[in-house]
Amino acid sequence: MLPGFKLSLGYTLFYLCLIVLIPLSAVFWKASSLTWAQFIHTVTSPPAFAAYRLTFGASFCAAVVNAFFGLLVAWVLVRYNFFGKKLIDAIVDLPFALPTAVAGITLAAIYSEHGWIGMWLKPLGIKVAFTQLGVFVALTFIGLPFVVRTVQPVLEDLDPEIEEASASLGANRWQTFWRVILPTVRPALLTGFALAFARALGEYGSVVFISSNIPMHGQIVPLLIMSELEQFHYGEATALAVVMLLISFVLLLTINLLQWWSSRFQNQE
Amino acid sequence: MQTVATLAPARGHTLRRRSTSEPAWVRWLLISVALGFLTLFLVLPLISVFVQGFAKGYEFYLKTLADPLAVSAIKLTFIAAGISVPLNGVFGVAAAWAITKFDFRGKNVLLTLIDLPFSISPVISGLVFVLVFGAQGWLGLYLNSDHPALPWLAQWLNDHDIKIIFAVPGIVLATIFVTFPFVARELIPLMQAQGRVEEEAARVLGATGWQTFWRVTLPNIKWGLIYGVILCNARAMGEFGAVSVVSGHIRGETNTIPLHVEILYNEYNFTGAFAVASILALLALVTLGLKSWVEYKNASLADQ
Repeated sequence: MLPGFKLSLGYTLFYLCLIVLIPLSAVFWKASSLTWAQFIHTVTSPPAFAAYRLTFGASFCAAVVNAFFGLLVAWVLVRYNFFGKKLIDAIVDLPFALPTAVAGITLAAIYSEHGWIGMWLKPLGIKVAFTQLGVFVALTFIGLPFVVRTVQPVLEDLDPEIEEASASLGANRWQTFWRVILPTVRPALLTGFALAFARALGEYGSVVFISSNIPMHGQIVPLLIMSELEQFHYGEATALAVVMLLISFVLLLTINLLQWWSSRFQNQE
Repeated sequence: MQTVATLAPARGHTLRRRSTSEPAWVRWLLISVALGFLTLFLVLPLISVFVQGFAKGYEFYLKTLADPLAVSAIKLTFIAAGISVPLNGVFGVAAAWAITKFDFRGKNVLLTLIDLPFSISPVISGLVFVLVFGAQGWLGLYLNSDHPALPWLAQWLNDHDIKIIFAVPGIVLATIFVTFPFVARELIPLMQAQGRVEEEAARVLGATGWQTFWRVTLPNIKWGLIYGVILCNARAMGEFGAVSVVSGHIRGETNTIPLHVEILYNEYNFTGAFAVASILALLALVTLGLKSWVEYKNASLADQ
């Protein structure tokens, strides 16, 4: 029996309560001072609905794009050899390491009318910076590593024998991918998708620079909370925060279930 | 007979390659699309930070960074990271020790609670501290008042005239909150995989608890700990949303580097904003470099 159980667990619980749980409970304490009618009025107001639509819509689209390209990048990094592969592998984590405010201003600069990418899109009539499309671009950027990093280890562990078996049974490469590889990768892919989606829902720093931030059109939920705070509407800000927190908790539970499912998958092999 | 014998493995080899790989044109197509996507979404934004930062030349760049307001922002960022990283590092080691070396009920609940700050929007992370310490907040309601039910903490803060919100302590607290899980999350899977056998052997051989920790556990988790600290530090220095809520944006006092970037940007001093942002981008690159180096070290340790 190793020592230090009481000390380490005691300190863990103390620090957890002090830093996370007690401050977090203040949100529910504040929310309880609102009447039910006030709460419902705030969280179902037209600006709130517009913000939910943009936040969830853009986060979902960004997570879908990341699921597709994340799988592709993970596949290319695991299966093929090419010049600069190590560098590319390292740079995938850039959105984890780059502060969101920096990501926000640089994306806004690139996608503005005179920016490196924006100037090519302008003749096509596509505006990205200061539109809802910009929100999607920022959320795609910050969610990029999640799918790559969850799918990559699963692809690395994939036993080549099952692909050989599939091929020797007459499947072509596409069928093997679709019917053998993809089902094995699916739990990890879904986990990565959920992580990218959850991260995008709460994102603030990168979006605030590239979005128009116009109420009813370009405001994501965290920005709406921020603008309520700036007007000292603490009750309204708290009500919206409670909605977002509950959604985060549901997503966290889903992700845990997905991870449990995906570890069960891997253990079966 | 002999020709058949030598031909057979060769044919088998090509067959095997063909059956578990793709034609060359598919491979190159996939590589190009993946690299194109990464260039567009990662490499271009990164290069753009430096190009825009140096748009008005070195002199302007150095002048922006030497500005007293920029210097005070850099100082505050180092203070916030310097406090939050060690605190969360100690917590991470303690939590990982409790969770991986012992069995107890509710372990999964504890793991989920530790991860909680990751799944909370930065704006809400800042909001919670405003709701605790702010003027309308939990403790704040009692601050600067003669309320009979004055809680002891508010009393103490009152007595020492300590401000939390729109002041440095709030920034430090918000930074600790958002970087809370980083080290614990890195260490828990690592120590889980290493098991308890080595520590138990050390105990049987007569080592005390602390000796076991310093001489057996710590060398084993060294790289994982460094890795967690690097990621924790990167987030602590770059945090924007949570810090923005509690900062109050008082120049020269409660501005961190990311907040200073925002102020310059909103003043249409784009080159200045990118110049300051380039420090953070450089920090991100150093983080990625160290991370790859630690991963390489880890892999070579695992091979031995």
